[in-house]
Amino acid sequence: MTRHAELGLTDGEYDRIVELIAREPNEVELAMFSLMWSEHCGYKHSRRLLSSLPTEGPRVVMGPGENAGAVDVGGGLACAFKVESHNHPSAVEPFQGAATGVGGILRDVFAVGARPIAVLDSLRFGEPGESARSRYLLDRAVAGIGHYGNSIGVATVGGEIYFESAYEQNCLVNAMCLGLIETEGLIRAAAAGVGNVVVLFGARTGRDGIGGASVLASAELGEADSDTQGTLSPGTSKRPTVQIGDPFEEAKLLECSLALLERGLLVALQDLGAAGLTSAAAEMAAKGAVGLDLDLAKVPLREAGMQPFEIMISESQERMLCVVEPEHVQAVLDLCEEWEVLATAIGVVTDGGRLRALVGDAVAGEVPVPALVDECPAYDLAPAAPTTPLYAAPTRVLDDATEPAETLLALLASANLASRRPVFEQYDCIVGSRTVRRPGQADAAVLLLDAVTDAGAVAGARRPALAVSIDGNGRRVACDPYRGAVEAVLECSANLACVGAEPLGLTNCLNFGNPEKPHIAWQLSRAVAGLGDACRALGVPVVGGNVSLYNEGGGGPILPTPVVGMVGELPDAALAGQLGFAQPGDTVALIAASGWAPSLCGSELAKLRGTAPVGELPAADLGELRTLHAAVRQGVRSGALRSAHDVAEGGLAVALAECCVAGGLGAEVTVDTAEAALFGEGPGAFLVSGPHDALTAFGAAARLIGIVGGDELRLAGVLFVPVSELSDVHAGGLARLLG
Amino acid sequence: MKFGVIQFPGSCDERDALAAAARVGDAVLLWHRDPDLRGVDAVIVPGGFSYGDYLRAGALARFSPIMVEVERFARHGGLVLGICNGFQVLCEAALLPGALLPNTSLRFVCRQVDLIVVNAHTSWTGACARGDRLSIPAKHQTGRYWAPDPVLDELEANDQVVLRYATGNGFNGSSRDIAGVCNKAGNVLGLMPHPEHAVDPLTGSADGLRLFESAALIAA
Repeated sequence: MTRHAELGLTDGEYDRIVELIAREPNEVELAMFSLMWSEHCGYKHSRRLLSSLPTEGPRVVMGPGENAGAVDVGGGLACAFKVESHNHPSAVEPFQGAATGVGGILRDVFAVGARPIAVLDSLRFGEPGESARSRYLLDRAVAGIGHYGNSIGVATVGGEIYFESAYEQNCLVNAMCLGLIETEGLIRAAAAGVGNVVVLFGARTGRDGIGGASVLASAELGEADSDTQGTLSPGTSKRPTVQIGDPFEEAKLLECSLALLERGLLVALQDLGAAGLTSAAAEMAAKGAVGLDLDLAKVPLREAGMQPFEIMISESQERMLCVVEPEHVQAVLDLCEEWEVLATAIGVVTDGGRLRALVGDAVAGEVPVPALVDECPAYDLAPAAPTTPLYAAPTRVLDDATEPAETLLALLASANLASRRPVFEQYDCIVGSRTVRRPGQADAAVLLLDAVTDAGAVAGARRPALAVSIDGNGRRVACDPYRGAVEAVLECSANLACVGAEPLGLTNCLNFGNPEKPHIAWQLSRAVAGLGDACRALGVPVVGGNVSLYNEGGGGPILPTPVVGMVGELPDAALAGQLGFAQPGDTVALIAASGWAPSLCGSELAKLRGTAPVGELPAADLGELRTLHAAVRQGVRSGALRSAHDVAEGGLAVALAECCVAGGLGAEVTVDTAEAALFGEGPGAFLVSGPHDALTAFGAAARLIGIVGGDELRLAGVLFVPVSELSDVHAGGLARLLG
Repeated sequence: MKFGVIQFPGSCDERDALAAAARVGDAVLLWHRDPDLRGVDAVIVPGGFSYGDYLRAGALARFSPIMVEVERFARHGGLVLGICNGFQVLCEAALLPGALLPNTSLRFVCRQVDLIVVNAHTSWTGACARGDRLSIPAKHQTGRYWAPDPVLDELEANDQVVLRYATGNGFNGSSRDIAGVCNKAGNVLGLMPHPEHAVDPLTGSADGLRLFESAALIAA
């Protein structure tokens, strides 16, 4: 195998590099190109598709292309947020993979100057009941997320976990972070000012994570990758390409970075993530249309004898790069010292538009910045709908002819629907003193906007808040990539509506298989089309995101999994919605779109019955649903609704049970008794409760279906189950798998 | 009443503690390298992972320069509150008896718990009554209070057990359900749950405010 092929570059790409620099690249330069032209950094198979997403809106203050996007949240503040994947590292070493996933997304947010206030995680694993490895990955990834987020003091306020056998070999670990900043303090990553000094600060540079973005994140994992030792060659172990996280170092780095910005000492700031120094320097230089000279001899190393190419591409964690005017360098170094953060001037901004890696006076590598960044190839996909089913049917665990009560209990106990408490209790969800709705209390997390230091908030004054939700359902996207992706956006919007929040913007992470295969290209392009159409119809701009492709191995591709993270606002945190039934005697209503037609296709029940994810999903009238979401939002904001819950996985019966369990109250309701009406899924319905008069005000959209009260869930003519039994079954489903 | 909240590298809940204290008095952040306590009337050692909790929770922060002053201040009757990691630091500094061990589950747990006030005569619980039930969140991986039985007997005899987990609320395996203890004089209190995260009904509960109010009463 040629050297460039080992590093993940095609022959055509190599020829193009030779053409661009008019000679053969040396080892340092080849390493830099291989990283910058990887899918993970260069988006070469997704860039053209992503350009179709709507990115503009009146509240957008920073769109895609920066470390994180940002929206105006009022009061002179902006919320910066982004979701990013750390799938491949987590499949190889789940604890460190997940931990550094959190560390990386935190750095993206504080690199724009925002103080991180919350983290959410979207996780996918194989079937935990069938696979000890999936239970291990779940256990360790959750521990890793907690280790990093808890230690650094940023609240983990939400997330989602689903289990499907298609994720057996490629688990997904997507982490989202939100941060707050005074809008005028947002900083971009563009290097500027010829003669300005480049300062590297944070952890020392070691050999961890060498080639992570190209070899690990942009290629399929092989059987041997997770458990054997080896080198930087595909097909042998990839464990050395996983980074090791140190949340204490990051905690200091975070405070130090924000202090540097607060004192106005920086021209530009960039975190070191995938492709390390190469990517950080190239991105900063490209955005500022300047060049950079970096002296690798000055980079503090963790171990002796590192080669220049290793220093340039190391993915050691907890490092930042900044550009400083010469007269401020000493102040920057002093402030870093106060925070016990190592800081070193390693280079200067130049006017040649070239990125030069020097070792003292010797040039180890020299590349025109545009060649690394702008000339990264962009490929058109060759999509073709699959002609044969892509995914095997899951193991059947439930008969066809079960009684409704048995069906309901089986769903509540299933790994996908059981209580997430055993997981979210491992996360600090309250640090920062903003959390108004914790995990399990509502369909979306709710966070106070005013800072924790504003404790003197006037009594009785309305306190605005942010709401955030993250969602994606791979099985439904597998059925229909377009409609499934539309549903992911709708689900987030519905979750926000249930707490009374209006969407401001979204971020997405596109987790798919190998895009060079026509059927994966088809999934990807149909899903992006669905995302775009849903965003346009709901008026929610995309402010940033990430792609994770090549999630497949010998067992086939993962389910196509676009994960959507959406941020919204609500004017008064005291009226934030909750999901549990709140008061005996309240009326229960189903607020549904006129065309709401839940079906068992792609449903959790279909899965329990061993049905493969195929079939037609119900269509959604996006215009009507936007109006419906607004009506629910208004009902919550006005205080008319005492509970609101989106009808989602498991259908209406599961939604009813969830409202009972969360509120510790029973209900007696009359509903359509057909199985598809009870357990079918499809976008466009909410289960709400409140005073009778408040619900009749919704008119025809609200069907009054029952009353809150008692200690049983009673569906007339269908089932009755004590709430205590629902709670026990729901509580135990995941707990028993975690051991 | 002026509270000082110490910030170590790796502290997490210092701003929360600062805001909680500011509800009942003045509050300033103290940096771990500060040579003095800047004239504060009460010191709060906050939660978090000082120095990454490397070596052992609280073991490194105990050697920060400011801790010399905190120890002197405490011995002279100054009010000191250690929350979570702060409790661990105070135990490491031998300002409080006992030690905090890893939870029996070996997992980090974040949960709203009910505490029972056992001693309402300390500097930090004077605004409570014996038997009061306080809803306060706890979040830690190393919060199992432990001391040898003779020491525990002595603590109980001296009324140094200030807070216990209500029946069914303890999750960390603490000896005798102990959630918080004080020194013999009652001016130094350490507890694992986070009263600074229970100062506003909007974010869950306001029961924790009573501890800060208690300290403010002393000064008045």
